[in-house]
Amino acid sequence: MRLDNLTFKGGVLVKDRKDFTRDKAIEKAAEPSIVRIPLQQHVGAPCKALVKKGDKVKVGQKIGDSEATLSVPVHSSVSGEVIGIEKLYNPEGLRVDCIVIESDGLNEMHESVEPKGNLEDLTGEEILAIVREAGIAGMGGAGFPLHIKLSTSLEAEVDTIIINGSECEPYLNSDDRYMQECPEKVIYGTQVIMKYLGVDESYIAVEDNKPNAISSLKEALKDNDKIKVASLKTKFPQGESYRLVDAVTGRKVPQGGRTKDVKTFVTNVLTAAAVRDAIVEGKPLYERVVTVTGNGVKEPKNLLIKVGTSVADIIEQCGGFNGTPGKIIAGGPMTGNTLFTLDTPVTKEVTGIIVLTEEEAAPVKTTPCIKCGKCVEACPVYLMPNVIQALSLKDRYDDAEEYNALSCVKCGTCSYICPAKRPLTEAIAHAKREIRAKRKNS
Amino acid sequence: MEGKVKDPNRDKVVLDKPLTMSLAPHIRSCDTTRRLMLDVIIAMVPAIIGSVYFYGLQALVLILTSVASAVVAEALIQKLFKKDIQIGDLSAVVTGILLAFNLPANAPWWIAVFGSAFAIIIVKEFFGGIGSNFMNPALAARAALVASWPSIMATYINPDGITSATPLAVMKGGAGVESLPSLTRMFIGDIGGSLGETSALLLLIGAAYLLIRQVINWRIPVFYIGTTAIMLLLLGVSGDLIIYQILGGGLILGAFFMATDYSTTPITPLGKIVFAIGCGVLTALIRVKGGMPEGVSYSILLMNIMTPIIERFTRPRVFGGAK
Repeated sequence: MRLDNLTFKGGVLVKDRKDFTRDKAIEKAAEPSIVRIPLQQHVGAPCKALVKKGDKVKVGQKIGDSEATLSVPVHSSVSGEVIGIEKLYNPEGLRVDCIVIESDGLNEMHESVEPKGNLEDLTGEEILAIVREAGIAGMGGAGFPLHIKLSTSLEAEVDTIIINGSECEPYLNSDDRYMQECPEKVIYGTQVIMKYLGVDESYIAVEDNKPNAISSLKEALKDNDKIKVASLKTKFPQGESYRLVDAVTGRKVPQGGRTKDVKTFVTNVLTAAAVRDAIVEGKPLYERVVTVTGNGVKEPKNLLIKVGTSVADIIEQCGGFNGTPGKIIAGGPMTGNTLFTLDTPVTKEVTGIIVLTEEEAAPVKTTPCIKCGKCVEACPVYLMPNVIQALSLKDRYDDAEEYNALSCVKCGTCSYICPAKRPLTEAIAHAKREIRAKRKNS
Repeated sequence: MEGKVKDPNRDKVVLDKPLTMSLAPHIRSCDTTRRLMLDVIIAMVPAIIGSVYFYGLQALVLILTSVASAVVAEALIQKLFKKDIQIGDLSAVVTGILLAFNLPANAPWWIAVFGSAFAIIIVKEFFGGIGSNFMNPALAARAALVASWPSIMATYINPDGITSATPLAVMKGGAGVESLPSLTRMFIGDIGGSLGETSALLLLIGAAYLLIRQVINWRIPVFYIGTTAIMLLLLGVSGDLIIYQILGGGLILGAFFMATDYSTTPITPLGKIVFAIGCGVLTALIRVKGGMPEGVSYSILLMNIMTPIIERFTRPRVFGGAK
C-alpha cells in the first residue's frame, strides 16, 4: 500500500501561517491562580457538579459527572478550594456552568491518579472504563466522547485505525509539536486502541508539511511494523475525518454515515496520547497543548494549559496583545469560534487561541457572485456552495436540503476561496440549522 | 514551572474595544473579482500588442474606444439604476477588449461604441449585471453588429491592409491547402480575420498564463477544440485542413477567452465538458453545413442559452451519496 503523498479530491491550498510557533517547543503554562472548569466540554449531556462551594479538591479529582451514556466526566486541574459555581460562556459561545476553583499552588495529586496496570493485563471493558473515567473526548476540536466512539467502533468491527496528525488548520502546531516531542506517547495510545478494537494494523497520518513529526514518529516506530506512518499531501481540509479516511484507505463514508460505517476508527494524536496518560499514569484529561499565536499576540507559544485557565491568563503570559486585538479565535482559523470575552476558559477541545489584529479581522466587502465555480471545484463534499448560499439567503431551506446542505462539513473552504468574498460556509451553516430545526418541529 | 502561582497583582490584559464576532472561516484567500479580471486583461496583452503590430494604430484606437465606451456605459447605467458603480471590478474592460477583438481591424470607431454600449447595457446590466447575464456580452454585441451592419462586419483586411477573404472563407469556397497561407503565418497570425483572433501564438501565451493562474480550467478549451476537430473530420473535411480550421478563425480566441466566461457557462465540472462538446459540434456544423464560413460566436451563444439546463443535469454527486 502506498503511504506517501496521499490525498483526496477537492480542497484548497491555504497559506499555512504556522511559522509563528513551528519551532517553539511545548512549554508548561504558568499556574493559574483561579480556574473555571466548564461542566460541559464535550458532545453530549452536561455533567452535574460533584463538589460544592468550600470543598477542597486535588489535581485529577473528578468534580463533575453524568449518568447519561453520551457524556464524560470533568476533573479538577489544580488543587485548592471550590469557591463557587458560575455561569460562563464556553469557547463555543454557550453559557455553561463552571466550577470555580482557587488554586493553593501546591498541585497536590488526587489519590485516584495512579498507574492502571500493564496493558497486557487489562481487559477491553477495563480499558473502556479507564478511558471514560479519564474524561477523554476528541481533542481535535470535535469533543466526541472517546469511549462511545470506541465501543460503537468495536460493535461495527472496524479493521483499520487512523490516528489523525494531519493538523491541516493554518496557524496550529500543537499536534505537530507533540508528535515531535512525545512520539512514544502517541504510539502507546495507538497500541491501547489497537488492543481494544482487536485491530492489527494502524496508521498515524501526518501532512507532509510536518517533516520533523514524520521523522520522529518513524524513528520511534522503527521496530514496530504494525503501526505505519502515512504521509498526506498538505491540503485543506485533509484533517477532516472523512477526507482522511478517503485519502488513507480509499473508503468513502456514505452520506449521513460515520467512519465506523466503512470499518475505520479515527481519532486525533493528542486524544491517543491522553489514552496513554490515563493508563500509564492514571492521569485524567485536565490539561492539553494549545497553540497561542497570530499577529495580535506578542510572543506566540505552544503551551501545555490546564483546563479552566482563562484566555486572559494565557494572553498575559504570551506577552499580551500586540496592538488592539480584532478577533480572538478558539480553534483553527477555518473552523474555529470567535470569543468576545477574555474570561472564557480553555477546554479539552481548544486546539489553538489565535489573535488577529484589527486589520486582519476587518470585514471584507462582499461583491456579486461571478459564478467562477471555484467553490464547486474545491468543495470536498462535492456540493454547490454558491447555489445553497443563494437558497439560504432567500429562506428556501427545502431546496437547500435538496442540494444536500446537510452534508456540508462546514470546513470553510468555499468561503476561503471565493473571489467575491461571499459568506458561503456561513450561509450553509445557517441553512443547516434551519433544516434541523424544521425536522425537530415536524 | 511547577508550583509557581501567577501573581494576581500583575497587569491584567484588557480589551479596549469589542472583539469582532463572526462565523468561521476567519481567513480568506487573496483572490478577488478584480484580480481575476486583471489576470484576463494581462492574458490579452500579447494579442493586443500583436493586433497593433499586424494592423497598425487603427487597431489600438479601436480597442481603446471599445474599452472606454464599455466602462463609461457601465458607470452611466449603474448610476441611472442607482446601483453601486462597479467599474472597479474591471469586468467592463474585459468586455471592451473582447468586443474589439471580434471586430474587423478597419471597422469605424462608432461600431465599437455601439457594440460596447449594447454589450454592457442590454446584455449585461439589463439582466442583473456581473455574474447574472446569461449571454456572453461581447459575443451578443458582435451578433447584433453583424445583423445590423453586415457588410462592415464581414469586410476583413489582411495585415498588409488589403481587403481579402479570410482563410475560413477560402476553405468554405472549397479550396485546398495550396490556396491558403503557410502554417507558420497562420500560427503567428499574419492572416486576415477579426482584430484579436488571428494570432494563435499570442492567444496561447495568454491562455497559458490564465491556466497557470487557475483563472480558467483546461476542460472547456480542450474539449471545445478537440470536439471541433473530430466533428470536422466526421463531416468530411479532409485531414490536412483540420489544423487550418483550428488556426484560421476565432476558435482559439473563443475556446480560451469566451467559452470560459464564468457567468455564461456551466459552473459544474461535468457541465463544462458538456458545454464545450456542444460548442465544438455546433462550430463544426455551422462551418461545414451552414451558410457562414465561421461559427464560433453563434455556437458559444447558443450554448450559453443551454447553460441552465446543462447545470441542472450535471449536478455533482455528493460525497458518499448513493450511486
